[in-house]
Amino acid sequence: MSAVVSPIRDPLIYGHKSYHDITEDLVSPTERTPSAPWVIGFILSISLLGFGLFCIAWTIWHGIGTWNLNRTVGWGWDITNFVWWIGIGHAGTLISAILLLFRQKWRTGVNRAAEAMTIFAVICAALFPGIHVGRAWVVFYFFPYPNTRGPLWPNFNSPLLWDLFAISTYFTVSLLFWYTGLVPDFATVRDRAKGMRKKVYNFLSFGWVGSAKHWQRWEALSLVLAGIATPLVLSVHTIVSFDFATSVIPGWHTTIFPPYFVAGAIFSGFAMVLTLMLVVRKVLHLEEYITLNHVESMNKVILATGSIVGVAYLTELFVAWYSGYVYEQFAFFNRALGPYWWSYFGMMFCNVISPQFFWSRKIRRSVAWTFFLSIVINIGMWFERFVIIATTLARDYIPSSWSYYSPTWVEIGIFIGTIGLFFTLFLIFCRVAPVVAVAEVKSILKSSGDQYCGPDAIHHGHGHDDHGHDHSHEEHAVAESVKEEVAAVVEAVEDDLKKLEGIGPKVEAALKKAGVKTFAALAGSDTNDLQTILDEGDGNFMGNSPESWPHQARLAMEGKWDELEKLQDELQGGKY
Amino acid sequence: MAHTNRNVIYGLYDDEEIMLTAIKEANAQHLEIMDVYTPFPVHGLDPLLGLSESRLHIAGFIYGLLGTLTAFLGMTWIFTKDWPVVFGGKPHWSVPAFIPITFELTVLFAAIGMTFTFYIVCGLGPGVTNEVLDDRITDDKFCIAFDESEVDSAKAKSFLSSTGASEINKKILS
Repeated sequence: MSAVVSPIRDPLIYGHKSYHDITEDLVSPTERTPSAPWVIGFILSISLLGFGLFCIAWTIWHGIGTWNLNRTVGWGWDITNFVWWIGIGHAGTLISAILLLFRQKWRTGVNRAAEAMTIFAVICAALFPGIHVGRAWVVFYFFPYPNTRGPLWPNFNSPLLWDLFAISTYFTVSLLFWYTGLVPDFATVRDRAKGMRKKVYNFLSFGWVGSAKHWQRWEALSLVLAGIATPLVLSVHTIVSFDFATSVIPGWHTTIFPPYFVAGAIFSGFAMVLTLMLVVRKVLHLEEYITLNHVESMNKVILATGSIVGVAYLTELFVAWYSGYVYEQFAFFNRALGPYWWSYFGMMFCNVISPQFFWSRKIRRSVAWTFFLSIVINIGMWFERFVIIATTLARDYIPSSWSYYSPTWVEIGIFIGTIGLFFTLFLIFCRVAPVVAVAEVKSILKSSGDQYCGPDAIHHGHGHDDHGHDHSHEEHAVAESVKEEVAAVVEAVEDDLKKLEGIGPKVEAALKKAGVKTFAALAGSDTNDLQTILDEGDGNFMGNSPESWPHQARLAMEGKWDELEKLQDELQGGKY
Repeated sequence: MAHTNRNVIYGLYDDEEIMLTAIKEANAQHLEIMDVYTPFPVHGLDPLLGLSESRLHIAGFIYGLLGTLTAFLGMTWIFTKDWPVVFGGKPHWSVPAFIPITFELTVLFAAIGMTFTFYIVCGLGPGVTNEVLDDRITDDKFCIAFDESEVDSAKAKSFLSSTGASEINKKILS
């Protein structure tokens, strides 16, 4: 094996894993008997779910009057919970789609679980509009289908109907994306299983064999799904915000709502991913795959989106004052200092102040702090939706109809039930499927494993030295001397990168400006990263393609000039 | 083709880079590779195998367009011809209000259409069982397979052992 060492990258997989280790570590949790914490968690979740189902049955049997909604407060905990769950459901697609397009490799550690979380959160969310309409058994009237009532169609001009389309689409696309990613991993589970288990996973894996053409199509599909899921995820919470923003209620009809809701959704979604993943990595011993680097990256996203949310809150207050419109001014005065002041201050503290702790690198990398703050943020984002909905409706235009809304036990029970549903589904998922995407983690091993990058990188292949391959004697180099060699390479002044075909003086300057100064650094670079350097560099590098550079650099680094020359004869302008 | 038995000779490699070098060698020797199986998508494999770029994205575009037209023309027909209703005195054909649903159905059609096309063209789906050459291919082995009716089996065998395959086996795929 040739040595691929990148001193500039932080590793994402620790423990010098081989491909087989990855399979073993990530698949074995589905093969063991459930552990005691899992069983306790499952019993608890399913009991909460049972109570929730009872409360839903109670609502449907006795009618919506079992809730404390009244003439002015038409939306209460139901829609608060709906928006809260939908918001949580935004992190999964963000991680799997937007981060795929941005080629963020750390997504592979958390995307599978985050997508699962998205799907379960959307199921919990969809429950609320379904039952809050009152007559849940005719809820299918929402869908436009040729019917015997005219045919009478739904109102396509209504944001509430847009919402139905947005959420159904979001659910379907997320499910397809998630399952297509799972198919190769189910095949891995299948090929390790025996008996009945093998049959079940054979069915789930859809007959996947890992053929080259299938992988090519699989990647093409993932990329296009990511491309269309990116505007989709932004559209969903935009449309949810239209439910409020297109109304004529002071405090609701503001143009800031779409970006502010989307930022809030990503904020709460990442908080929930962290809450879950910090537990999962501990219980399933996945600390080497879901590393502190992953946690820190997510905390940075939380800090960014949390700050956007904070700015949005302050902007709303400023605009209410600046508009000179008394009803708008009253709505915000009432939110902060009216009967629901406690929820406003809860929201401000949890969403605006608490994420600011993440400016500290120490706190970003602290599991205990992150876990605590992620829960604080989840609570804060629930308060936000409650503030927007309940405080606004409880004080409408006519003071004689003002009221104070608080939920009944049925409303609280349904909310608790959805938490039970969410965790029941998530716990089943943890048993049935690998919680970390096995194939995708393997595909980043050579660029992000700690034997290939970061301070512990060594000249080492993949742990299998027994294949009699012609470079294998190099792998047996004593680790210490190799480390020194790496250190020397790292500190080496600069190499003449122009020796490689396809690199001229201008490209060399651009690469060196970006920190790629040596053959070693170039050999350890990803071609996509190099392409980015070219795209961002001064000058026109349209004709240059970095595809062969890492390969050439590796030969140069190892002093294999003859081989390099042979390769360069085959290359055409540095291209294969 | 699918129903005839195929005698397959295949080699398992321990690392994708050894396998890629081997495929280059196979191309140089003009050995017809039946297929390559890997545990994860290996980059740089497609050009070596001469696989043309997937056309799934073109299919996706067509499905998306179909979704756009279904949504937009559907709402237009319903609100101007089939059952025109006045909502707050707004025009029947209120194009801006149709944008969100048109967008959502574009995405929905493209995603469903592409995913189903993917499974159909790959011959995958619920209830499909494809015979696996070796159980470790979905774990950590990289497999180059030859069909014995296309290549000389002795030649394939010597090729596999000389390019660093850690195991060489034969299997009949039905």
